[in-house]
Amino acid sequence: MTATSFHLTRSSPALSLGLVVALGVLLAVVIVSVLYGAADIGAATVWAALFSYDGSTEHLIIRTLRVPRALVAVLVGGSLAVAGAVMQGVTRNPMADPGLLGIEAGAALAVVAAVHFQGISSLAVYTWFALAGAALAAVVVYALGSAGRGGITPLKLTVSGAALTALLSSLTTGILLLDRRTLDEVCFWLAGSVAGRDLGLMLQALPLICVGLLGALLLGRKVTTLSLGEDVARGLGQRTAWVRAAAALVVVLLAGGAVALAGPVGFVGLVIPHAVRFFVGVNYRWILPYSALAGAIFLVLADVAGRLILRPQELPVGVMTALVGGPFFVYLVRWKVRR
Amino acid sequence: MGEICTERLTLAYDERAVVAGLDIVIPTGRVTALVGPNGCGKSTLLRGLARLLKPRGGSAYLDGRSIWRMPTRELARQLGILPQAPVAPEGLTVRDLVAQGRYPYHGWLNRWSEADEEAVARALDITGMVDLAHRPVDALSGGQRQRAWIAMALAQETKVLLLDEPTTYLDMHHQLEVLHLLRRLNREEGRTVVLVVHNLNHAARYSDHVVALSDGKVVAAGTPQEVVTSEVLREVFGVEAHILSDPDTGVPLCIPYALCENSNVRAPSMDSFAAPHTGHIHV
Amino acid sequence: MRRAWLVVGRQQTSLSFRLDRRVPVWLLGLAGAALVASVLSVGVGEYPISSLDVIRAVLGLETGNPDHSFIVRTLRLPRVLVALGIGAALAVSGVIMQGLTRNPLASPELTGVTAGASLAAVVLLVATPAASVVALPWAALLGAVIAAGLVYLLSWRGDDSPLRLILVGIGLTSIIGALTTVMVTFGEIDDVARALVWLTGSVYGTSWEGLRALVPWMAVFLPAALILARHLDVLHLGEDVARGLGSRVELQRGLLLLTAAALVAATVTVAGTVGFVGLIAPHIARRLVGPSHEGVLPTAALTGSLIVVLADLLGRTLFAPVEIPCGVVTAVIGAPFFMYLLYRNRNN
Repeated sequence: MTATSFHLTRSSPALSLGLVVALGVLLAVVIVSVLYGAADIGAATVWAALFSYDGSTEHLIIRTLRVPRALVAVLVGGSLAVAGAVMQGVTRNPMADPGLLGIEAGAALAVVAAVHFQGISSLAVYTWFALAGAALAAVVVYALGSAGRGGITPLKLTVSGAALTALLSSLTTGILLLDRRTLDEVCFWLAGSVAGRDLGLMLQALPLICVGLLGALLLGRKVTTLSLGEDVARGLGQRTAWVRAAAALVVVLLAGGAVALAGPVGFVGLVIPHAVRFFVGVNYRWILPYSALAGAIFLVLADVAGRLILRPQELPVGVMTALVGGPFFVYLVRWKVRR
Repeated sequence: MGEICTERLTLAYDERAVVAGLDIVIPTGRVTALVGPNGCGKSTLLRGLARLLKPRGGSAYLDGRSIWRMPTRELARQLGILPQAPVAPEGLTVRDLVAQGRYPYHGWLNRWSEADEEAVARALDITGMVDLAHRPVDALSGGQRQRAWIAMALAQETKVLLLDEPTTYLDMHHQLEVLHLLRRLNREEGRTVVLVVHNLNHAARYSDHVVALSDGKVVAAGTPQEVVTSEVLREVFGVEAHILSDPDTGVPLCIPYALCENSNVRAPSMDSFAAPHTGHIHV
Repeated sequence: MRRAWLVVGRQQTSLSFRLDRRVPVWLLGLAGAALVASVLSVGVGEYPISSLDVIRAVLGLETGNPDHSFIVRTLRLPRVLVALGIGAALAVSGVIMQGLTRNPLASPELTGVTAGASLAAVVLLVATPAASVVALPWAALLGAVIAAGLVYLLSWRGDDSPLRLILVGIGLTSIIGALTTVMVTFGEIDDVARALVWLTGSVYGTSWEGLRALVPWMAVFLPAALILARHLDVLHLGEDVARGLGSRVELQRGLLLLTAAALVAATVTVAGTVGFVGLIAPHIARRLVGPSHEGVLPTAALTGSLIVVLADLLGRTLFAPVEIPCGVVTAVIGAPFFMYLLYRNRNN
């Protein structure tokens, strides 16, 4: 059963208005993210860097470091949250998350293996390997989780995902230890961080993520029906196999694209859909766009917090999401899941 | 010997008192059946008698001593309990399971003696499990499995044996198999047997003493003839029933046919059927 | 009637216990295998030494080459002995956790206990970089006990749910992992590769000092586990049955958990997190000698030793001269095994 109860049924106008508000909040946190950093740069300088660029160091920092960083956080947060929401709806598993189910680990292993065996050093090609790895891991975890009586259950799927993650990440570690060059190549990427990504890489992943987001939004109504259960959806005349396949493609595009950009970042896809569902109810036509915005806001904030907490040290954003998402996951398992 | 009684026994889960201020005496050397509707406190009472549940007030007594004042091992040598639907670890053989019944007789270093060996052999013999002794418990049929667990409790060599719904999940044949075994243990070995059963006809047929509970209180206690009556059935279960007499043994047989008009039996608590809208995820 | 058990010392009343007939045979076999693997492992390396010379050097006999004694006794022997030790310790703590939780999937690394121990060790290292190797296990023990207590409190809801325990463990592990990363960042442990090796579990470069830190813990807690075995047998039948048999459940459970946590803590401080040994070894042992813990504990201990020695040997030879930490090897073997266990338990 899909999880959280909802006590409010909001009207469409209210929900549309909410989307506009969320968009405003997102804009605000992006501005905050650009304003705060290791170097103190005033708001006026930031403004000037964006609109009357003069090539000074400060302008360079804003244009090549801070703006890409904020935009990467927006993209990665949005796509992971939407991927998580689609997974939760389609598998009716409140604990679904691209990180927990091993899909991000699959993408990471594929990239590391590509760098090691093919000697690929162009970040641009990362994207395709990440997609392939994500797709493979998704198929394996689904097959493992649906084995046995009662088909796919949240607990089985999640534990299978954990096992797969353990296997894939130990293989990744093995490769990294074998090959110092690969380690140096991908080390910064593997920590799950939005720092230091240039605009070129972002443009590479952008089309995939956009297609994924668009596909997810188009699937919204069908996911709502499917979240009522396979039998109900069939009874309502849905061709569930097609919807599942389309949903899987969307998840792979979004999760693969996000990992290619930022490396494995966990728990965004878990936490955000739950938070969103609490406010907007169980209709995925609304859950999906809200998840995209909320995920983006969340990751930008997590990145800012990671920069501020241990100043001048920086914590990778993956650590921040794990610190928020881990307790939430335990809460779900402890208080919300019954056998 | 082996006399159990309670004095103002109060048992509770969290804040909800299930049994409040109960006084009850279990006759020595007899088979006693505890009956009542779901949630009436019969299993809770059994757990209280076996020291599985700490009372909020009052106490249970074995031969005049409070069971909470006795050392755990000493109590375990005098009183055995078989909980409802126990599950044996995978691959554990019947013999290994029965050997666990000797636990209260062992110390730090002396862990196996001739007496242990004999007790296990006897328990296997009485329950007819000798031929199955080498088989894993999880590979047995439901009735055989229940017999294996009873054998474990027998190897404990206690005067008193408490059993929580030993016939649940068994088919008719295996239910009778277990009940026959329990009565034989009582008749041939003189053990005091207390069991929780759902089927009133089984209670009437296989026990000497029946205690009917409702809402944590004793409604009627006595011989099957005294307890299995239309009045008690109406009050305890909220059903109208014909009471016949078994042509062979003369024990009462009940045939329920209707629900009472103004039943004071409360409906089963809805907590146990938590619906999806409560926000819980059923897996 | 043929006795089903081997009863030792039945005449004296002071000491007697009962074992499955298969136990002595398997113990001998496993001990022999572990010995052979150890000798092979000591012989393998940049400078190969024949098995016979290894044995000679260990026994202090002349081998005709003055370097042998130094290479074997100073460089390689402690490493193999530590591998034997942590294998046994991890396996025994796995047996205890699986028995206590009645959960075939439980093991120190899946329940977050190992992660707790390493976080505590990292915290101590960062707080006082000069902390001695002797103090580390105590910090790790504290971390392991806290993690074990947390996972137990958070997953227990009055029923046995194997998967819930594992899931809470997964959540806890990721939180603790994030905190460990914070500590590593904060403490400026700059050599990423070295931190990675330690966190994935390796016996690389272990000296006699490491072995000396491990031995006292093993000497106390392995016998303790054996003494507690019969309590574990009873707890394995379920809490109510155990109480009915006169077990002081809370006390026994606490002692057993402390034993498991202490063994894990000792291994973590010496070798980092070597995963999945505590999951696999108990299953193999139960397959070999049945589920009674007096037999399973020693059998699993030897199985664990054998696994870690072999994993270390494989890790050194597969991609030589590059060394793969034995923790990676055990994880690559162990994770599919875990999936197999899930698959086999799929209907429960």
